[in-house]
Amino acid sequence: MSEVEEKLYQNRYRLDAGRPHIRIRDPEVCQARCTEKSCAACCPAGCYTLGPEGAITLLTDGCLECGTCRIICSEFRNVDWEYPRGGFGILFKFG
Amino acid sequence: MNERFDAIVVGAGPAGTATALTLARGGWKVLQIERGEYPGSKNVQGAILYADSLQKLIPNFREEAPLERHLVEQRVWVLDDRSYIGSTYRSPVSSDAEPDRYTILRAQFDKWFAKKAQEEGVLLICETTVLDLLREGERVVGVRTDREQGEVYADVVILADGVNSVLARKAGIRPELKAGEVALGVKELLFYSQESLEDRFGIQGDEGVAIEMVGKITRGMVGTAFLYTNKESLAVGIGCLLSDFRKEKVPPYVLLARLKEHPALRPLLRDGEMKEYTAHLIPEGGYKAIPKLSGDGWLIVGDAGMFVNSVHREGSNLAMETGRIAAETVIELKQAGEPFTERNLRRYRQRLDQSFVMKDLRKYQHVHEVLDQNRHFLTTYPELVNRAAETLLRVDGVDKRAKEKEVTRSFRKHRSYRGLFSDAVKLWRAFR
Repeated sequence: MSEVEEKLYQNRYRLDAGRPHIRIRDPEVCQARCTEKSCAACCPAGCYTLGPEGAITLLTDGCLECGTCRIICSEFRNVDWEYPRGGFGILFKFG
Repeated sequence: MNERFDAIVVGAGPAGTATALTLARGGWKVLQIERGEYPGSKNVQGAILYADSLQKLIPNFREEAPLERHLVEQRVWVLDDRSYIGSTYRSPVSSDAEPDRYTILRAQFDKWFAKKAQEEGVLLICETTVLDLLREGERVVGVRTDREQGEVYADVVILADGVNSVLARKAGIRPELKAGEVALGVKELLFYSQESLEDRFGIQGDEGVAIEMVGKITRGMVGTAFLYTNKESLAVGIGCLLSDFRKEKVPPYVLLARLKEHPALRPLLRDGEMKEYTAHLIPEGGYKAIPKLSGDGWLIVGDAGMFVNSVHREGSNLAMETGRIAAETVIELKQAGEPFTERNLRRYRQRLDQSFVMKDLRKYQHVHEVLDQNRHFLTTYPELVNRAAETLLRVDGVDKRAKEKEVTRSFRKHRSYRGLFSDAVKLWRAFR
């Protein structure tokens, strides 16, 4: 388990299986056109990983719903960002 | 949900609940909608609560609110890589005054606060995400939720949906946030026995300590770190401008891990059991980032309106204050028989301008630019003052005047007299 996964493991989530609330609009843009790939470094939950070919993989299970990825993707606006359906997603025990 | 309400409040954080509670007391029929499992389950803060704005709404809150500790000691640390220089203010609460600041856990506090609004008659619906504002022409007339037949109508809609305010963005009320206008904060909650915690910080009963930190821990990024004592836990966190995170490409959790390893913090944090890791954006754009605050049939309160005083780490009190003032504005209009038009609702902004909320935000409107353009405040100075302390305090056979000269020389070498003078002027102008 990675450093951030270990942290996320302590959190409580209700997963909306098969209905991710964040999507990459066009994966091709991430791989071919985006040189910064800030999402892979800045997401505090490590939801974005950078593959060997420069592709970005998004897994929203550990998402903390902060909004970082949407805001930093300002050049291509390639992140489709919604809140999870009511009652789903991160459920903070302490906040 | 075909019912009609006098007002719909989107969000059950401090801003939304202060609004809903005030409206309900004014005899309004209020629907409050929260996307979390319960109020607070999506909300994150350091967290320090300032009593004043809450006290105006619930004078006896101290008897029943879930408060952690009241702060008797506040420390400010300026850190370099291994040492820190700092100041401490400690004062027991005098017997004739009530404490004015407390640490809280938002998941518990927000739940309690929302319950107080429900007791006043607010109808709260949780686990419901609001998707869009409903409009008739320009006028906002209700909201569409993710429930079946989830359209609800009201005379006025108050957006208290937090820093990201998906609603305001979708409706074109507020532009997308810029990375330079928000700070990304990450935090861990570490648990201890009450006794061990009190020993570490020299406190007893409900007393608490807050430590605010600046310096090399943020690696030149504009930001601060904090350590707050709760009843049985410590909140340790760090936040920097998102634009800086993007530039430096440091994962926030790596920055937090380094902070926890700093020689000044490690012993205070040892043996804690980590039970939650959180992240949240903080609106830091200040006065200039405040969007349009009202229009035909709608108002914005709290973080959604960018109401955070980052210099004084105040936010939840501004949320409650803006919520209360928004509610009072619409109550007055209704009493006078005036409609909630764009023109009439401008009174909300006018009232805010007269309150401490806008006065404080206006006062500090240049702070971020100054720090942004003068990164040496965050790196060079922390190092210089720490080295100066070391030089002056070390007894090594060198006479004191020579030591003083060495300190002066080190400052001049890095900043020159002119640089030092202009830095002092810049800081004074930013904070005056």
